[in-house]
Amino acid sequence: MGEFKVHRVRFFDYMPSGIRALAFNRDIERIAVARMDGSVEVFHCSDRFFQEKIIPGREQCGIEGLSWVGERLFSAGLNGGITEYDLTNQKVKYTVDAYGGPIWTIAGNQQGTHLAVGCEDGTVKLFEVNEDKIQFERNLDRQKSRIISLSWHPSGSKIAAGMMDMIQIFNVETGHSVHRLLADRGVGTSRSKECVVWSVVYLSDGTIISGDSVGMVKLWDDQTGTLIKSHNVTKCDVLALSVSQNEDSLVAGTSEGTVVQFQFISMVLGKDDKEWVRTRTFKNHTHDIRAVAEITTAVVSGGMDAQLVVRPLLDKVEVRSAASALRKIHFPHRRLVSCARKSGLMLFQYPGHLELWRLGESEGKGMPGSSLFVKRNPEKLLHLKVKGEDHIRCSAVSPCGEWIVYSTASSLRLYRLHCDNNNVSITKISKLPMVLSSANQLCFSSDSSHLFSASTQSSVHLVSLSQSGCKFVGTLKPKSGERTIGFGVLHIIEDGKWLASANSDHEVHIYNLQTRKAHCTVPVYSSAVTAMGIHPTTNCLFMMYADQQMCEYSIEQKQYTDWSRMVQRKGLHRFWMERDTPCLNVMFNPQHPSHVILHDTYMLCIIDQSLPLPDDKTQFYNQLTLKSLPEEQRKSHSHAFKVCKTFKDILCVELMSDQSLVVVERPLEDVASQLPAPIKQKKFAT
Amino acid sequence: MNEVLSGMNVNLSYPAITTERVNRFVLCTSGDSVKVYSTRTEEWLHSLQGHTNQVTGIALNPANHLQVYSCSADGTVKLWDFIDGILIKTFIIGYPLFAIYVSEKHEGIVFLHIAMDTDSKKEGFQLVAVHLPKSAEQEVEAKELSAVSSHISPNPSCTAFGREGQYIAFARNLQLNVYFFRKQKTYSFSLKATDKKGAKNAFTCIACHPTDDCIATGHEDGKIRLWRNFIHKKEYTYSTQHWHHNAVNTLCFTPEGTNLLSGGIESVLVQWQYGTGNRKEFLPRLGGSILHVSASSDGQLFCTSHSDNKITVIESSFKVCGVIQGLVKGDAVLTDLMIDPRSKALVLNGKPGHLQFYSLLRDKHLYNLDIVQQEYIYEAGLDQFEVVKAAFDIKGYWLATVEERGQKSADLEFFLKLWSYDERTQSFVLNTTITAAHTDRIISMCFSSSEETTMLVTIAEDGQFKAWCQGVDADTKQDQNFWSCDFVGSYHNLKPTNCSFSADSSLLAVSFQEVITIWSPDTWELLTTLCQPPGVIRDLCFGRLSCSKYLISTTTRNLLCCWNLLTCALEWSTSVEVSKLQSDPLSENVAAFSYQSKHTDLFVFKPNEPRPLFTHKNVCSEKIHRAVFVPREEPLNNCDESSQWLNRSQLYFLTQNMDLLTFSTATEEDRMLSSSTRLVIDDSVAVTPFYLLLGKHRQQQQKLNTPSHQAADRPQQPQGSVTITELLHTPAHVLPPASVLCSMFVSSLLISNTGVLQDPLRKEMESSEQEMNSEKEEEDSEGEMEACDSQQELRVQGSVDEVTPKLSKAQERELKRVRKTDFSWMAGLIASKP
Repeated sequence: MGEFKVHRVRFFDYMPSGIRALAFNRDIERIAVARMDGSVEVFHCSDRFFQEKIIPGREQCGIEGLSWVGERLFSAGLNGGITEYDLTNQKVKYTVDAYGGPIWTIAGNQQGTHLAVGCEDGTVKLFEVNEDKIQFERNLDRQKSRIISLSWHPSGSKIAAGMMDMIQIFNVETGHSVHRLLADRGVGTSRSKECVVWSVVYLSDGTIISGDSVGMVKLWDDQTGTLIKSHNVTKCDVLALSVSQNEDSLVAGTSEGTVVQFQFISMVLGKDDKEWVRTRTFKNHTHDIRAVAEITTAVVSGGMDAQLVVRPLLDKVEVRSAASALRKIHFPHRRLVSCARKSGLMLFQYPGHLELWRLGESEGKGMPGSSLFVKRNPEKLLHLKVKGEDHIRCSAVSPCGEWIVYSTASSLRLYRLHCDNNNVSITKISKLPMVLSSANQLCFSSDSSHLFSASTQSSVHLVSLSQSGCKFVGTLKPKSGERTIGFGVLHIIEDGKWLASANSDHEVHIYNLQTRKAHCTVPVYSSAVTAMGIHPTTNCLFMMYADQQMCEYSIEQKQYTDWSRMVQRKGLHRFWMERDTPCLNVMFNPQHPSHVILHDTYMLCIIDQSLPLPDDKTQFYNQLTLKSLPEEQRKSHSHAFKVCKTFKDILCVELMSDQSLVVVERPLEDVASQLPAPIKQKKFAT
Repeated sequence: MNEVLSGMNVNLSYPAITTERVNRFVLCTSGDSVKVYSTRTEEWLHSLQGHTNQVTGIALNPANHLQVYSCSADGTVKLWDFIDGILIKTFIIGYPLFAIYVSEKHEGIVFLHIAMDTDSKKEGFQLVAVHLPKSAEQEVEAKELSAVSSHISPNPSCTAFGREGQYIAFARNLQLNVYFFRKQKTYSFSLKATDKKGAKNAFTCIACHPTDDCIATGHEDGKIRLWRNFIHKKEYTYSTQHWHHNAVNTLCFTPEGTNLLSGGIESVLVQWQYGTGNRKEFLPRLGGSILHVSASSDGQLFCTSHSDNKITVIESSFKVCGVIQGLVKGDAVLTDLMIDPRSKALVLNGKPGHLQFYSLLRDKHLYNLDIVQQEYIYEAGLDQFEVVKAAFDIKGYWLATVEERGQKSADLEFFLKLWSYDERTQSFVLNTTITAAHTDRIISMCFSSSEETTMLVTIAEDGQFKAWCQGVDADTKQDQNFWSCDFVGSYHNLKPTNCSFSADSSLLAVSFQEVITIWSPDTWELLTTLCQPPGVIRDLCFGRLSCSKYLISTTTRNLLCCWNLLTCALEWSTSVEVSKLQSDPLSENVAAFSYQSKHTDLFVFKPNEPRPLFTHKNVCSEKIHRAVFVPREEPLNNCDESSQWLNRSQLYFLTQNMDLLTFSTATEEDRMLSSSTRLVIDDSVAVTPFYLLLGKHRQQQQKLNTPSHQAADRPQQPQGSVTITELLHTPAHVLPPASVLCSMFVSSLLISNTGVLQDPLRKEMESSEQEMNSEKEEEDSEGEMEACDSQQELRVQGSVDEVTPKLSKAQERELKRVRKTDFSWMAGLIASKP
């Protein structure tokens, strides 16, 4: 497997932001997640919940609600504006002020014609969704207190609005209130506190379900305006509700961190009189659940503890497989760390700033597995704050460590780093070419002479860097130049001669850097590319997919290699396929050309292409067994996958040019310790 | 002579509770009979006897609410009329039966658990439906067996009928099966053995909702799951509720289905409101862990049976309204069996940390004495204080107890406590607590048996024996009333094994390994040592009465030695393995239990001759470690050689199964039989001692109305003293007003006088006297009595006409005649009274 000196980095204090809202689009199987810091992420539900798109947030932009209208995504927040996102280019398209004060909730009707927002001033405002914009239509009857939650009747003719102490039902045609449903306050001391109806759901049979701050899930009849049944779910608040598409299941997220499922089932088997019955309780969160969504086969929940939990509903899953397992997404499927391989520098990307660190040095050699004495401690060189309100989208440090570049939604900045002894200074390169106004992905060439920037357009710009400044060299475009959509995520892999880029349409293009022409396109696979790398000697492109498949594509021969075909033929081991985080980096060890180094959040793996592939009968994690075997038998028992699980919660692994590995870990315990205290709950035997 | 099971055993199977219409009985299995109790008075009414083996299950007949089915390991199902205790029918199945279930919708069919294969030792059970043939005969063979399912859990709680008998649900280990009778299809659902959080998911019990299709299951880790939609292989669903911290032992829906009752080791009955999530009510501190819960079919009463041999009757308002307590059975009896010299009650370990007082005479639990005085936590695996030793002095004035904690771990904690009897409160009061009586565990202790001074001797593993006295304080020279150490003795640093005082307390024998040392308690002088190796001395006892010069010892090497203390020589010895040696305090007899080749034999002998007086082979199959002679109230005059030893006192012994057994003589059994027939009285009122009082009174009333009475018909009038005890022992809240009782009380006194007179004309006089009394009564307080009648709950009997019927002239004449005779007789009686 090879021996490495490992820098175990734990000083990247990355804090994922809490989840505020979820919106599921059944047609395109995407779920949109809004976080506390204003960023919006889009996950692909049928592609192992791969994080396809990240739209970075802004300072002072609290999103309160998300809604899909068709394939368009809208959000509304406390700044009083409604924002539409440009999902292809991963940026904000426009923001419209609703002029109603902070907006607490947004809901689109099923017909896709209107958006309703609930405002602080007590109005429900209807917006018409046009081709390219939204247009304010009218207000419904103004209420005295703020509108906390909204839900459209599936027919689009009525709206239920949750407010303080009550629920109002509006007729959309007339704009008048039809019914007023009073929610009870709690008993005892909480009687003086208002009951906040955090969430309402309007079912097609006229049932309104509400979740409130008293901890009740209540069922109302909209014809008579009466309470049908109430379930006490928790002692704290019920913050979120979501109903399945066929309206036979409802999930409620509470501030205790539990998701409670209700099902619409017949009490006497074989008869039709059905009732909503509380059934299962899932407890996967430690903090408030701010948003839940019942998607076709699973319940997705997110909250203050910043993790997205996908809990499969086994009764709806056709075939149980790794794709339908419980999944917790803690970290972005994107690299937040870039390493200067030659100079031992690391650049950490935070939402609002960048940090540059120099790795420590150690002394001597030790036994495998032992920790070495640190001669020089790692050192923070630079803390670079972002100008403006936008958060950083991407950043990079050049391999030589002389250049730092980052991009926000609106601007791109390039700095030159001067580092003599202990004095670190940077100079901003002022005159940037016009094409470098903003980038989706940034990358330096291995000799640090060029900067590649994946633009929001369908191309990669090439900029040459020198002592004096930078100069625009050219643009690499795929052969089918007319394509303009779907240029989202880009992985730029550069090998001196070849450059490969992958976009969110799962297309991988390879360019020849010498001719600056498109060389070829890798056949499109159904799953997204999560990581790729070009082998320095064989010039093969190694690709990892979100569904844990792997491919090796020979650039020169423009076809899959034999090894890749063998992998496809024999299939990968069950244990490999069951991992639930995507591979985030592909590296090659120059000393062992047949080795490919991969990592995901939980493990580091070296694939030895010279060894046979394991089949389902062989022991996958066989390092310990191999150790116990005598030398001559090891050969017959070893297989291509060498997995190292020493490290956990890995954000990044990089192979430095001095053959040492940098492993950036962010232990989840540390993340949890920085979260605010959860609601105190009495635990048995404590 | 027979062995008789004593100390009722009530917790083996589900108790059945009957409805208001039939006056509320609790039925429970007890050994090879079914016992019937009244819920109101908590009295044992009668037993349904007839099975020849353990009764394993009972079920009320859904078609007739006055009948009950019982099944037994003897392979029969019997149908009883439980009010009269009459066996109606016997169905012979032919296989040992382990549980019975009936359903309203399956008339004439009972469902039984039978063993899969009698040969293999595997725990395989199957559920079979048995069609009970209709025939007039008393004994019917039911051969129509059809298997419903094999692989049934041996736990009878794991099977239950669903809504309207449409399906039956049964669970085994991790699998729940639901069998639909109409579709003849089984649906199975299984759980994982454990999950990541370490939950233990094995099923422990099951209950079905009466009107909804909802199955409640209890699990090993204390969870309760409510299953719904179970006709779908995949879309079934369940909700989980968790309160119990240990396995749920039992579940029961109330008949309306509004509540679910659950119980477990915590001894808390939990009532879950059905359909509203987790709203629940608790009824804590019920005693031992709850084994079964059942509800009466009208939902008014629940009853729980507990591991400490108790049935609690609970009203639907969740209040305990009755406790039926048998001999409390803890995990083990650590103390010896003792007799409280005052109350003649049997004393042994009761509730954890308590000593129980059990009246053998009435076969009834009296009370628990809290020794440890700490709250007991009902959780497995905790090390808590337990009473390990107890001893009474000869007058019953002092009680010494030893409580211990940490038997398993190294740090042993123990206290020696001395309790004095307080005449005022009529109970034992803690007098002295000695924290470090010895440096190591106390092995045994005994009180001196002399009348003047009370002395306690304890022996411990630290090699010492100590004598404790209620001594004089050395400083103040004043009498103290607490206990202090008087003497510490040891012998060559050997570990003592047992100690015993002679009958007159002039000698103390302490055995140290193989040596018996004899001490004088007055001077603490070592008088002599007796040694007869090999083997460590196990038991020691002095002979009584004419044999008091003998000391008997048993050793671990199967030797029974008898020493003559006058000659200090071995009188005789015999090789027999003795597990328990017990001497009768009222006679010379000594009982020895010998355990050989998997069964226990009993020998009774007198120390002066090595020939056993009485031998009983194969008393039981377990080793006997606890036995006691209980002095009789009045000695029997048995001439039968074999039962002569039982004349003065009765021998009780405890098996390892915690069954209390005794020997009874033929005459006793006859008496028991007659008493049981006396109890069979056709009436709708539960038969209790109080009823007998009141019932007789009514009979008299009736007889007055019908002049042609026959004195011979009537049951023998009880002795006055008996009536009084009955009166005094009946709970106050069920007593009628004093005005009613007063006349009866007086009359009972009068009868006792006539009884003493032994007049040959007694019967006649008695009858006339009763007539007089009742007549007077009627005259005095008729109106009042009517008022009382309507108040009295127990008087359900509506046949007594409240309007006095008109008397015929002949009757009137008769009455007058009676009156006349009365007066003359009465004068004489009053004169004769002191």
